[in-house]
Amino acid sequence: MSPRIVGVSVPRKEGISKVTGQAKYVDDLSFPDMLYGATVRSSIARGKITGVHLGGGIPWDEFTIVTAKDIPGKNVVSLITEDQPFLADGIVNHPEEPILVLAHPDRHLLPLAVAAVQIGYERLPSIHTIEESEEQGEIVWGSDNTFKTYVINKGDVDRIWKDAAWIVEGEYSTGAQEQLYIENNGVIAQYSETEGVTVWGSMQCPFYVHKALMTLTGFPEDKVRVVQTETGGAFGGKEEYPSMISGHAVLLARKSGRPVKIIYDRVEDMAATTKRHPSRTRHRTAVDRNGKLLGGEIDFAIDGGAYCTLSPVVLSRGAIHAGGPYHWPNIRVRAKAFATNTPPHGAFRGFGAPQSLFGLECHMDKIARTIGLSPDEFRRRNLLLQGQSTATEQVIQEPINLPHLLERALKLSDYHAKVQGFSVHNRSSHKKKGMGIAAFLHGSGFTGSGERYLNSLVGVEALVDGQVRVLASSTEFGQGTNTILCQIAAETLGIEYDDVRMAPIDTRQVPNSGPTVASRTAMIIGKLVQSAALGLQHTLIASGFLASGESREEFQAACKTYIERFGKLQSFSRFEPPANIFWDDEKYHGEAYPAFAWAVYVAEVTVDTNTYSVSVDDFVALQEVGKVLHPYLAAGQIEGGVAQAIGYALYEKVVWQDGRMVNSQMTNYIMPTSQDVPPIRVYFEEVPCPYGPYGAKGIGELPMDGPAPAIVNAVIQATGKSFHAIPLLPEDILLGFVNEPSETQAEVYR
Amino acid sequence: MSGDAPGASQRKVSFTVNGKLRRVLVYPMQRLIDVLRNELGLTGTKEGCGEGECGSCSVLLNGDLVNSCLIPILQVEGASVCTIEGVAKDGMHPVQQAFLQCGGAQCGICTPGMILASIRLLQLHPNPSMEQIREGLGGNLCRCTGYTRIFHAVQEAAKAGTAEELQQLLVVADDKP
Repeated sequence: MSPRIVGVSVPRKEGISKVTGQAKYVDDLSFPDMLYGATVRSSIARGKITGVHLGGGIPWDEFTIVTAKDIPGKNVVSLITEDQPFLADGIVNHPEEPILVLAHPDRHLLPLAVAAVQIGYERLPSIHTIEESEEQGEIVWGSDNTFKTYVINKGDVDRIWKDAAWIVEGEYSTGAQEQLYIENNGVIAQYSETEGVTVWGSMQCPFYVHKALMTLTGFPEDKVRVVQTETGGAFGGKEEYPSMISGHAVLLARKSGRPVKIIYDRVEDMAATTKRHPSRTRHRTAVDRNGKLLGGEIDFAIDGGAYCTLSPVVLSRGAIHAGGPYHWPNIRVRAKAFATNTPPHGAFRGFGAPQSLFGLECHMDKIARTIGLSPDEFRRRNLLLQGQSTATEQVIQEPINLPHLLERALKLSDYHAKVQGFSVHNRSSHKKKGMGIAAFLHGSGFTGSGERYLNSLVGVEALVDGQVRVLASSTEFGQGTNTILCQIAAETLGIEYDDVRMAPIDTRQVPNSGPTVASRTAMIIGKLVQSAALGLQHTLIASGFLASGESREEFQAACKTYIERFGKLQSFSRFEPPANIFWDDEKYHGEAYPAFAWAVYVAEVTVDTNTYSVSVDDFVALQEVGKVLHPYLAAGQIEGGVAQAIGYALYEKVVWQDGRMVNSQMTNYIMPTSQDVPPIRVYFEEVPCPYGPYGAKGIGELPMDGPAPAIVNAVIQATGKSFHAIPLLPEDILLGFVNEPSETQAEVYR
Repeated sequence: MSGDAPGASQRKVSFTVNGKLRRVLVYPMQRLIDVLRNELGLTGTKEGCGEGECGSCSVLLNGDLVNSCLIPILQVEGASVCTIEGVAKDGMHPVQQAFLQCGGAQCGICTPGMILASIRLLQLHPNPSMEQIREGLGGNLCRCTGYTRIFHAVQEAAKAGTAEELQQLLVVADDKP
């Protein structure tokens, strides 16, 4: 029987409230006697705090002031490593590090008060780049400035070089990128010694905040409550940071005895919260006479900023994706996350993969140019085939046909005809046109044994009127969580989409189904919703109130009878790792992800050699993502991801000065507008995946991975110049014309 | 930010919001967005950047699309303002309907401003070209959609909405209670 609801573009669950302006985001909420909070931050990159002075002209007696000394539990933001304080205690390690927090009833007084606080410092030397960190001239974290190191080994890379027809080297780098959700970070906290603490806020991961607040307050589990409010975009930027701002609001609420709201303005949000890790990827690759990869070494480095936060996990995903969708008989990936004195970098859609895949896909084009093959032909000869294995020796079991995906993307973009036409056109025009390809993959769910540790729990509850609620901590922030999880439950139970809704995301009401990250919601949580719904159906059948395969009306009648007889009707399902999946955390070897989504993207660009500006004229995004649960939402994810990645490639430059972002405004940090995006043409291939509900895989991060290298490859094709870093701004392209490249000489042996 | 020096005195300002005459006691340099959200409880108007770049706070002021974060309240004396709360009348406006159907709203935070910008552009160009749509929405940033589905929504609304419905907001804005 074909699905009735899954695969159909039903209206978004919270759509009406959003288009009518009724949806309540955290800044739309207000409590009686509420205070507003603000943060005093470090103005230097690294040093000792020698004094705090409250300057004149401010009615300080009306303010609540909280420092590290006011923290009842531990002054540490619980995540992976316990190194980051909520409030600096004696030393600061990056600009914008929180030192103290203030609260007052008048929101407008706060900026004046923050400006009136004078912090005395004894400066210490600071470092701000991967290179400075690896030189270890100054140790700013641990014993060697290193948060984490991984090595992935397949085959024997050391033996391949003598057989190579070509050895090609390259170095590629990517800059920081701001998530730039349009709703800034914000929370409201309420505190009582007897009742405990409640936080309402804009966030992706309520149980991360829950855990962090337990550590901060010393309260047990049941005295900490976290509620997600409507969240105006996140993209990873509200994965770990909400723990910090929630902690600050809780401390102020505790000391003042009143509810406290903290809403960042844009400047503070951009300067102080996390961004995408800057990266450097070095490749050394051996290719044989037939244009086949013999093997390669990849050195992947990321700048983690001043505290560990999520850097080890970002590094892990980047390292695992560094070899891309190619068959490497031999490969070694060395990956390292470095500490610097910049605000900690964090989660952002793609999570390390856009960085290492940028390096890889630019390098693939460079190899093709070096050995005299076209970019498509070199890829065609090396794409992974079913039965071959990735860098971690995960054998591709699914019936994926990457050469077919490549051919189809070339056809959809009219690649060959355009490349030929442009080579003629470019001779006589100052507007140079080019085409660029990127082939890539993105793993769904937590890496390796991550899902095992998360141990996610999801429930489905039927009410007496036959309406159904999905109980999960999976949050909606635009991607469509609410809609797809309700579709899956309705489909499974044989009822209508309108009969199902999400329970409020409140840690008192829903089980911990893990964080809403890592392209895991559709595949992992969706599957748990499906199995919990099946469990609920089985309960009704086992109780004798429902025969199998009954109608919606009979389901509703059965729920009524069951609940009147026994009370609650709930069914829970806990994650169980698929039996045939094995991952070795020590060797970084095995099945890194239950499934990958696969893609080939093609960008068409024009480079104006008078202004050195680049426009993307057409964009083909072809991907295999398993079953598409909701065509409009899925296409919306791809279109949005491509636009965000166009910004990553061409516009979005974080300008640093001693570790501080100096362009922390939308005026001078430029994201794509409606006039900058090309037609984004989205195509899906659907090979049902056994690990996801109705065959679905993850989709949210995939579109962030491919556009940047496809665009840079197109710019290189258009101009014949050498580029290897993003963001690629007009001034960088100008430099490419001024400094003639030395590409095919020094970096190529033989 | 109030924009007023400490010690500035409050005064009464009268203006029409969504067809109703409202009187507020405010500081003259208070921003329109703050008065709408804090004094009048109209929280559908969103703040994204506070400097006129993102367009989330877009409202119609005497029929023109403006960023309410850049408008001092004194400038609104006697004017007509339409916010997202005033768009739906008897059921949703064709533009709201089209955003819902086409997937034009994802996280929803830019949506109120984007809908007002779309309404304004359809008033100016009832059958807009793609270039007119891109230009009409050029002051409204969306980080989720890549704009594609918003373009579809505007095209659908142009097909669905009668000229009369699209002009409706201008008429409403001129009503006096």
